[in-house]
Amino acid sequence: MTRRKQLSESMARTVFLLMTLLMVVPLLLIIGYLVYQAWPILSLDFLLTNPKHGMRAGGIWSPLLGTIYLVVISLAVATPIGILAAVFLNEYARDNWFTRVVNLAVVNLAGVPSIVHALFGLGAFVLFARLGKSILAASLTLAIMTLPVIIASTKEALAAVPKAFREACWNVGATRLQTIRHIVLPNSISGILTGVILQVSRAAGETAPIMFTGAVFFKAIQEGHLFAYGLFDQCMALSMHLFTISTQVPDVPKALPYGIAVVLVSSVLAVNALSIIIRVRLRSRRKW
Amino acid sequence: MVTPGPTVEIANLRVRYGHREVLKGISLEVQRNEVLGIIGPAQSGKTTLLRILNRTLDDVPGVVITGAVKVDGVDVRQVKDVFALRRKIGMVAPLPVGLPLSIFDNVAFAPRMAGIRNRSELEERVERCLRQATLWDEVKDRLHSLGTRLSGGQQQRLTIARALSHDPKILCLDEFSIAIDPVTTMRIENVLKNLRAQMTIILATNLVQQARRLADRTGFLLNGELVELDRTEVIFSDRPANRKTYDYVNGMFG
Amino acid sequence: MEKAARSIQNRPRWEVLTETAIEWLIRLCGISAILFVFGIFFFVFREGSGFLFHGFNVREFFGSTEWYPNSQTHVRYGALALIAGTASVTVLAMLIAVPFGIGAAIFISEFCGPRLKETLKITIELLAAIPSVVWGFIGLTVMNPLIINLFHTPIGLNVLNGGLILALMSVPIIVSIGEDALKAVPDSYREAALALGVTRWQLVYRVLLPAARNGLLAAVLLGIGRAVGETMAVLMATGHAVQIPTSLLDSVRTLTATIAAELGEAPVHSDHYQVLFIIGVLLFSITFVVNLAADLIVRGVRSK
Repeated sequence: MTRRKQLSESMARTVFLLMTLLMVVPLLLIIGYLVYQAWPILSLDFLLTNPKHGMRAGGIWSPLLGTIYLVVISLAVATPIGILAAVFLNEYARDNWFTRVVNLAVVNLAGVPSIVHALFGLGAFVLFARLGKSILAASLTLAIMTLPVIIASTKEALAAVPKAFREACWNVGATRLQTIRHIVLPNSISGILTGVILQVSRAAGETAPIMFTGAVFFKAIQEGHLFAYGLFDQCMALSMHLFTISTQVPDVPKALPYGIAVVLVSSVLAVNALSIIIRVRLRSRRKW
Repeated sequence: MVTPGPTVEIANLRVRYGHREVLKGISLEVQRNEVLGIIGPAQSGKTTLLRILNRTLDDVPGVVITGAVKVDGVDVRQVKDVFALRRKIGMVAPLPVGLPLSIFDNVAFAPRMAGIRNRSELEERVERCLRQATLWDEVKDRLHSLGTRLSGGQQQRLTIARALSHDPKILCLDEFSIAIDPVTTMRIENVLKNLRAQMTIILATNLVQQARRLADRTGFLLNGELVELDRTEVIFSDRPANRKTYDYVNGMFG
Repeated sequence: MEKAARSIQNRPRWEVLTETAIEWLIRLCGISAILFVFGIFFFVFREGSGFLFHGFNVREFFGSTEWYPNSQTHVRYGALALIAGTASVTVLAMLIAVPFGIGAAIFISEFCGPRLKETLKITIELLAAIPSVVWGFIGLTVMNPLIINLFHTPIGLNVLNGGLILALMSVPIIVSIGEDALKAVPDSYREAALALGVTRWQLVYRVLLPAARNGLLAAVLLGIGRAVGETMAVLMATGHAVQIPTSLLDSVRTLTATIAAELGEAPVHSDHYQVLFIIGVLLFSITFVVNLAADLIVRGVRSK
């Protein structure tokens, strides 16, 4: 290669590298800054005590528990529906216009703005289904929000199982469902799990869908008690709590909102790390 | 002695994928307990012909099937339980496939799916089928290792064991030797020789000498048409009924 | 042998019935996405439909910047300023995110070694996983003082703040889909070009970008959809002024932020409440069209 070409080549590489770093580095700086500011307040106590004094002191127990409830219930609803829907799309659906419409609907559902999910949850679950503002209504709203990604990642996991296995099963007289149950699903578990786990961070982080369907500014519950909320109660939530603390409560000690932000971000990081670990194990334990 | 009726009767079978006609009016009968060889170059319709029998062709998009295909007197398209039909027919595909299960579970799969749960019955069945497929001695000490880790030749014998595990009356083999070594091919040909008394065998193959070795009658399929079907000796003689048969058998084309 | 053969031919009736039931359940779940998309449109439309057909002034909504839902004397629902708010932050975000996102996609796809690739992809995934409320918080506490100090303005919550945050939020989806688009270009294109002796830059500029044009366009569209639909980050970072911005340092309010900020106080089923739902219908329609367009463009690529 001529010298001029070499120069142009390395210039191009450098430019693109810089562009990439320009996005990645701010993220790392920001996370570092958040941790730095939150440091004074981070402790186990922070997690296990309730907010006090109009949220200016204390910890985040009630929002933390509320978020856990919302995540668990919404994924408990969305996961089975998502898996069955993906099974339909990958194992039963024929290649026709109807299937294309279904796939289009999944993509569109994924692109619905979170505030529109909030409006839908308000109109359908809180009002129409008369669930009122409750953990149940908020969880169902979150479930519909997380559904499309669960469908997409499950479909990918199912499609990774070679077709030859299915044909071998049909040749010996197994039904479609038997094949799915004994061969396809067991060999897709890792991929499915990755998709579901990633939605944990999504469900935990969203604010708008729960703001009008069940999350509240403040609710007093017992500290350290795992079953302090009821299905039809309203609840506090970490995401909502961060929002209210940083925009609606004056004179909050500086470290407090940073602490909430750090808890949120670190749970997201932990969940993502878990999904990466599962992905790596999946690659090494493949049965074919 | 009254010979029992044919196991398979095909009358004027036409199969089309979209606009492409793959089988153009095939009529033939397969006699009970005979070995029928089907020879012909690639893309002549051999696989389609076999897959019609166990109805695994139904899922291909745009497939149109006309004509009658009867197994034991019942049209396959009118059978009530297609899964029972598939269990009646053992199918061995060209590429060896080991299911991602243990070797034991590979062979026990079909009986289990059909409802057999008794452990000793399954063990008996697995051993019998693996012996018949001449794989037993090689794997008897590692029945719980993964079927996918076997070699190609072993996996093809595993497929045969799987095919035998549901007591088929008809065994179909679709170019079974394409991806395996000659030694294993010979072993499987011996297996087929041992099985011929117990079941009807339909052997689609691109190796004409294989048909010559094994088949009682041989049919020559070319471009979706059954050019000639006769006793193997006739097909491979100097004077088959059709010139094209002679040319193909003697390597002039294909 | 015969007995075993007979026992293997038939499955118990209850097993067959259960299977049929499960398969119907599978089909039902399969079409659930369609049901939910229709459901969302239906229920959001329903809550706003009363006012939509009795008293809603379309001209005022799209043409006027006077948004006074709580006025005692003269209620007006002019959403033009809100639309301008959404448009301004989205445009700014895209002006930043598209070049950087596609640049990063090019880097990851063409210039990167496998280990760096893995690290970068994981980082981009993490960027995407950060909750929007945390982004809004960053806009409030990090960007805000930064902008105040740099530009000497009294308030740092404005188009610039929101646009920067949105850019960082939209980049991951542009990178991810852009990388897919570049990966889809057959290697034969690359091999042919390199055999002719072009530099990698020329390869990218003259061969890959045109070839991946459709997929990259789809990536941009989906990025736009993401930016238009974002709520919490812009709510916290763009300020609360309902006005058409004349400079990057002006505060604005987006459509999404308006709903979030005002829904809590609007009495249920009041006119104000219903107008907010109508804005929801508008937002849903915009993102629906954007997603549909992106899908059609990508399908156009695949059918070639």
